[in-house]
Formats: sequence, C-alpha cells, structure tokens
Amino acid sequence: MTTLPDKTDKKLGLVIDLDTCVGCHACVISCKGWNTENYGAPLSDQNAYGADNSGTFLNRVHSYEVQPDTGAAQLIHFPKSCLHCEDAPCVTVCPTGASYKRVEDGIVLVNESDCIGCGLCAWACPYGARELDQAAGVMKKCTLCVDRIYNENLPEEDRQPACVRTCPSNARHFGDLSDPDSDVSKLVAERGGMDLMPEQGTKPVNKYLPPRPKDTLPDTTEEFDILAPFLAPVAEEPKGFLGWLDKTLEKL
Amino acid sequence: MHPAPSVIFFTTFSGLGFGLLAWLGIGAPDVTGWTAFAFFAIAYAMAVGGLLASTFHLGRPERAVKAFTQWRSSWLSREAWCAVGALVVMGLYGAGLVFLGERYALLGILGAVLSLLTVFTTSMIYTQLKTIPRWNMPLTPVKFLSISVAGGALLAGQVQIAVLLLLIVGGVQLLAWMQGDKAFASAGTTLGTATGLGARGAVRAFEPPHTGTNYLLKEFVHEIGRKHAQKLRIISLGLMVVLPVILLLLPFSHFIAVLALASHIAGVLTARWLFFAEAEHVVGLYYGKR
Ligand code: SF4
Ligand code: SF4
Ligand code: SF4
Repeated sequence: MTTLPDKTDKKLGLVIDLDTCVGCHACVISCKGWNTENYGAPLSDQNAYGADNSGTFLNRVHSYEVQPDTGAAQLIHFPKSCLHCEDAPCVTVCPTGASYKRVEDGIVLVNESDCIGCGLCAWACPYGARELDQAAGVMKKCTLCVDRIYNENLPEEDRQPACVRTCPSNARHFGDLSDPDSDVSKLVAERGGMDLMPEQGTKPVNKYLPPRPKDTLPDTTEEFDILAPFLAPVAEEPKGFLGWLDKTLEKL
Repeated sequence: MHPAPSVIFFTTFSGLGFGLLAWLGIGAPDVTGWTAFAFFAIAYAMAVGGLLASTFHLGRPERAVKAFTQWRSSWLSREAWCAVGALVVMGLYGAGLVFLGERYALLGILGAVLSLLTVFTTSMIYTQLKTIPRWNMPLTPVKFLSISVAGGALLAGQVQIAVLLLLIVGGVQLLAWMQGDKAFASAGTTLGTATGLGARGAVRAFEPPHTGTNYLLKEFVHEIGRKHAQKLRIISLGLMVVLPVILLLLPFSHFIAVLALASHIAGVLTARWLFFAEAEHVVGLYYGKR
C-alpha cells in the first residue's frame, strides 16, 4: 500500500557532513556502479559519448557558494540522494503501490515490476531524488543500498551503502537515526544536524551537518608563513652561465 | 514544468468530454435516439481520447491497470476509478436514451456526479503537490471544474448558461494567475532552505552536479516558455472567454456556435500550456533555476 506506516521500527538513513565533503564525486560513481550491477534495472545513460549526454543517477553532488554579509565567501560541496522522508510525499501519490516505505527500517523503495513510470512521485519529491530511467521506463531512486547493508555474502565492513564505504573524506555516515545512542544520532546532536526544506513538511530522515566556521586568516600585513624564513632565496642574482642566459634572453 | 503535449491534450479534452457528460446526465439537452447518440459519441471521443493520450507519457503503459490499486492514498488512482465509473454509468444511461428512448434520471445524475468527480480528481493530482506552489491552492480544482462545466455547456448547446459560466471561468482564471504569481514566494522555499545554508549568507549555485542535462532539468525546469507568458495569458483569455461570449451574444447560428467552441478550445489549450510552462518546481532551486 502507498499509505505510509504510522511508525517504523528503525529509521535507517545517512548523515552527510558538509564540512568535510571535498566534492570529489566518488560517491556518485560508486553509487552508479553498485546500483547498475545490482538491485533492479541498470542506471542507463543516453548518448553517453555524444554532445548532449544524460543519464540516471541516484546521488549527485552540487556545489554552492555562500557569501556572508562580511568576510570571504565559502564554497560548499553538497551531495544529495533520497532522504528517506518520514512523511514521504512520493509514496502517497503513487497510484500503483510501486513506491512504499518499509515498516522495519523506514527505507523508501520502488518495486520496479509494479511501476508504470507515470513520474508523479518525482513531481512530489522536493529534493529531486527520483529519476525516471529513460531506457527502462521505471522510477529509480536511492535504495539505501538495501542489497548491501543486510548482505551476509559481503564482509562485515562492506555491509554499508556504497557511497558511505567509498567516501575518501568520511563525509557520509550510515546508521539508525531513531536510536539516540547510535553514532549517527550522536553526530547529529553534536554538530547540529539539519533538515533540508523543513517547510515542505517531509520530515527527512537523512540529516546534513553544517560546515564548521572557517579559520580566520591572520592580518596579512604581518608575516604569517612560518616556513618563509627557511625558504629565503640563496642566490638573489643568477651568475655564470645562467646569468648570461638570463641577460641574453632579457635583451631579446 | 515541462509542458508535455500528451498531458495538455489529456486534461483539456477529457475535461471537455466529462463536462459534456455531466450536462447529458442531468438531461440538458433532453435528447433521445440518434441525436443522443451523436452527443454521446462526441463526449466519449473526447473523454476516452484524452485518457488514452494520458497513457502516452507513461514509461510502462502496458501496466496501466495497476493504477487502480491505490485509491486509498493516491489521487491518480482515484481518478482512474472515477473515470471508469463515469464512463460505465454514462454508457448504461446513454444506451437507455439511444436504444430504448428512456431516460433513467437517477443513473444520469449518478453519472454526472462521477463525471465531475473525475475532473476534480484530475485537478487534485496537481493541487496536492506542495513542490509546485503555483498549483498547490484551492483555486486549482475550482478552475478545472469551472472550465469543464463551461466547455460542457458550450458542447451541450446550453447557450445562456454557457455565457454565464464562461464569465466565471474568466474570473477564476484571473484570480488563479494573481494568486499563482505570489505562490512561490509565499511558500517560503528558497535555495537557503533547500541547502540549509541560508542563515550563513547568500547562497548561489556555483557548479551543477553534471555537465549535461538530466531527467530533472528536462521535466521540471522550463524557463524559456515563460518569456511570452503575459502575451499568452491575454491570448488565452481572449480565445477561451471573451471571443466565445461575444459570439454567443450574437443572433444564434450553428456556424457561430462552432466558431465559439473552436475559439474556446484553442483558449483552454493555451491556458493549459501556460499552466504547465509557468509552474515552477522547487527542485529547480538546487540548480539555481526556477
Ligand atoms: S527524498 Fe524525495 S524520494 Fe526520498 S523519501 Fe523524500 S520525498 Fe521521497
Ligand atoms: S512512477 Fe512508478 S513509483 Fe512513481 S508514482 Fe508512478 S507508478 Fe508509482
Ligand atoms: S545509499 Fe546506495 S543507493 Fe543511496 S546514494 Fe548511497 S550508494 Fe547510492
């Protein structure tokens, strides 16, 4: 049924750290790789080697510039995948029952064999987390790597989402956000984890950790490069052959 | 939103078709035999043709029948039920009129109610979306219903009432544009709330996640179409309301009535195109677009 469960036993989700994300897009690639080879229809590309190329991705990394009233602007890389919302509008609009939220862990999934590809769920999602695959004609979205996190065939350390496992700067964390003692919940509490578009009333499970305040640069009129004294040039004026070359070249 | 022709044709013609069915259901015009057959044929061609057009935008149309299962939560599923219900009930009622020369009034009224419910459920598919503030308001269903009933009256030859209803359509459409123009701002969703970074300063989309385009941009971001929006609004209002009203106030002839109808349909198609092209989805914010 596409009615939402009143309560889910767990709230599995991601915590994404905007402070440490370096914008390398490794999570984008590992997500595409894993989800093309595993659960459901592959994530197709259209005209992949042409000028007008496009394709299906379940996770994308935007970059934003934030200009405060005073001081330097800050560049923030912003990974975005499904937030597995508690009040998921994408689920209730679905006419076929293909979209559903699991009672046991709160993961929002699409049963692709029921999906008619009407696209209405993508219209209902404020975050752009659903994309209709142009080759398969069915809706694709982040599965929270449901085929990894419970997969006993994988070594223990790999039983987490592909994007989390791949991230070289540990900017993505996976866990149960309904348990206040879980690592992810502690992170959210410590760092002031926030919801995206709270006014849309979707109650996202995924949380974003805001960037920490930037270091302030010391007064630039003072020397602040501590290595500078050691790197003072040894020879100010080139001599010998190099000196001749330098002079000759300058004359040209 | 991308103004997909299949959806524009579907909403326009099925709206007209179900509008005509509603009038036939209450016995206006009170026709039987071949005349009734002609009216019902037009209504069914529009309603069913519109529904078929709507399946063209499905990724997997062969599974369309699954859309009947989720009526408890989904307006799209409710629309499917109402449409089939209206077509079946009105089919029985029409058969009575055409073949038996009998008018089963109760059946007709039930069919009329189901026909209007179909139009209402269609409009609720759009109205329910908080992600598209321009649609997310009570005037949306009022507009869909008034256009359907007015167009139906035109088709049903109810001239006097059609004039009145067309004027109502004009008023509702104007109000919808006025409210709709303010909707995005009053919904309060900005790039600041979308990224959660708004409190730190002015947020600007610096680099998109991909160099090419994608499904989201094709489906939800349609900036070019809005360039001529004001002109198109005037054209659509002129064709949908003003011209048909003037024509209907002239001494009646069949030629003029057909002209009024053609103008009305062209106007509704234009207004429906604008309905999609002008609608801004909040996801565009992530791309620094609307
Ligand atoms: S992020 Fe979008 S797709 Fe994911 S649960 Fe929320 S509304 Fe649905
Ligand atoms: S595209 Fe598929 S999953 Fe989405 S609402 Fe339509 S049938 Fe449901
Ligand atoms: S959890 Fe899995 S499916 Fe979701 S974004 Fe990460 S890699 Fe992709």
